[in-house]
Amino acid sequence: MDLAIFERLRLQHLATELNAIHAEWIDDDRLEEWPELFTDDCIYKVIARENHERNLSLSAIFCDSKGMLVDRIISLRKANIFPVHSYRHILGPTRVVSEHELKITTQTNYTVFMTRADGRTEIYNSGKYIDEIDCSGERPLFTSKVAVFDTNVIDTMMVRPI
Amino acid sequence: MPETALRDSQNSDASDVAGYRVPYRVFTDPEYYRREQENIFQGATWSFVALEAEVPEPGDFKSTFVGETPVIVTRASDGKVHAVVNRCAHRGALVCREVRGNRPNLECVYHQWAYDLEGNLIGVPFRRGLKGQGGMPGDFDMKQHGLKKLRAESIGGLVFASFSETVEPLRDFLGPIVIEHIERIMCKPIKVLGDQRQHVHGNWKLYAENTRDPYHASLLHLFHNTFGLYRSTQTGKSVMDANKRHSLLYSIAASNDDAADKQAYGDSRTFDTEFKLQDMSLLKGRQEFDDGITLVILAVFPNLVLQQIQNTLAVRQTVTRGTDGFELVWTHFGYADDDAEMQAIRQKQTNLIGPAGLVSMEDGEAVEIVQRAIIGETEAESYIAMGGGRAEDADHLVTEGSIVGFWENYEKLVGYGTTS
Ligand code: FES
Ligand SMILES: [Fe+2]
Repeated sequence: MDLAIFERLRLQHLATELNAIHAEWIDDDRLEEWPELFTDDCIYKVIARENHERNLSLSAIFCDSKGMLVDRIISLRKANIFPVHSYRHILGPTRVVSEHELKITTQTNYTVFMTRADGRTEIYNSGKYIDEIDCSGERPLFTSKVAVFDTNVIDTMMVRPI
Repeated sequence: MPETALRDSQNSDASDVAGYRVPYRVFTDPEYYRREQENIFQGATWSFVALEAEVPEPGDFKSTFVGETPVIVTRASDGKVHAVVNRCAHRGALVCREVRGNRPNLECVYHQWAYDLEGNLIGVPFRRGLKGQGGMPGDFDMKQHGLKKLRAESIGGLVFASFSETVEPLRDFLGPIVIEHIERIMCKPIKVLGDQRQHVHGNWKLYAENTRDPYHASLLHLFHNTFGLYRSTQTGKSVMDANKRHSLLYSIAASNDDAADKQAYGDSRTFDTEFKLQDMSLLKGRQEFDDGITLVILAVFPNLVLQQIQNTLAVRQTVTRGTDGFELVWTHFGYADDDAEMQAIRQKQTNLIGPAGLVSMEDGEAVEIVQRAIIGETEAESYIAMGGGRAEDADHLVTEGSIVGFWENYEKLVGYGTTS
């Protein structure tokens, strides 16, 4: 097998697995661990498609450090009041868009189902991740994760990361 | 046998206590919703429809709503902003199907009736028929078949529209206090930063109450209180226009006294001295206004909030979606002359507001837990008495006076009685 193809498959696998863990930790409410998937000076952004496509920066969530991710989670646990709910992520295939010195850009479609306390499950948020992943260290980490969501109308509130 | 007649525990024997009461049925009964559309949104009021900055160029349009009615806001070739009902004069189709854009005129896709940007009918295909057959009646008068026009006026770049021929001029409807605070925030050209949309499963009036309520803000929103963005102990005011339709709530964070405030809040859930931020940059703002005011919630009857929280600036527009739902559209903005640092501050502070806002996400839940609790209730009433229970201004933040002001206007326009 062509070595270049082999390397591409390896990177795609790393990115797929990182996204799977990201989804799993959020869905399983392991939110305290979730920031560990990011570098210290990461970007994490959740932005409506209608803003993203107009090149407008306004995001629902905008963090530019791992500390801000931690703060979001502490706020969720200690400060914020919101309906009882859980998430279930369904991920599409991850595609490596570009690669440079083990730093890759990838895209992954996602859907988040929300289940509320009454037991009903509904599509809460659907969109795509545009990720930048550093695969040069001992484990891959997000240097940037941008969730561009199609679901421009947010149902009640957004407190968990997407 | 002892007397066991059931008393209505909601109304009970507290009826002698001063306070204002609102029957919960106004939040659930479709009869009220219908009367609100007619008497409030289609009636003698002005509804917020757009920022002028959303339609800066001739041909720009924006689809929006007044109450539940679809409306198009345009900037015509005369440079003026116009508002028309988004419903074709032929057989009622939506003329404008996009949220926003730019067009030389408005054209209905169904049979291609075309309107200019002011809503006048300018083209009807096959009007004279084809090969001598069909066509519109001979006395068909294009002038009679334009889009339904609303009156549109703006103040400080905020565009309001009204269905009423008789409503007072916008400036009189708003009154000097509201105008002063619109002009305070809209003091120079703005730049739109984007929109956020949120569907709340509750009646729109619960949000009108929420935004006239300085009492809840430090008790529901821990983030506000813990970090001193808003506390009821702050120097601030809750005041209304002369007609008590609108509410201005403002506070000055520099008046915080952490030690004294801690005493005031005692062991309240929402004063949490243990909660520290790892990244304090979120709260590093810049003083923009000489008056030191750090929080303004200007609730304009019936459908607008203009807000400043720290360095976040936004309008929030309420779109009614039946008795038990409304959409809240947040349009955030900064100033056209914001430097790079200011742009970064605003971007970071958008984490505070909107549907994912650290100080605002609770309001959706607050509305919904009321809506869920009052289901099917036809007689019981709420009890609004903080600060005295009357529609009075307060030079403090421990009041519900502006909520009473809202309801007194509601009673005049819609009434609490049922027709059935
Ligand atoms: S409904 Fe619009 S042209 Fe017929
Ligand atoms: Fe609130």
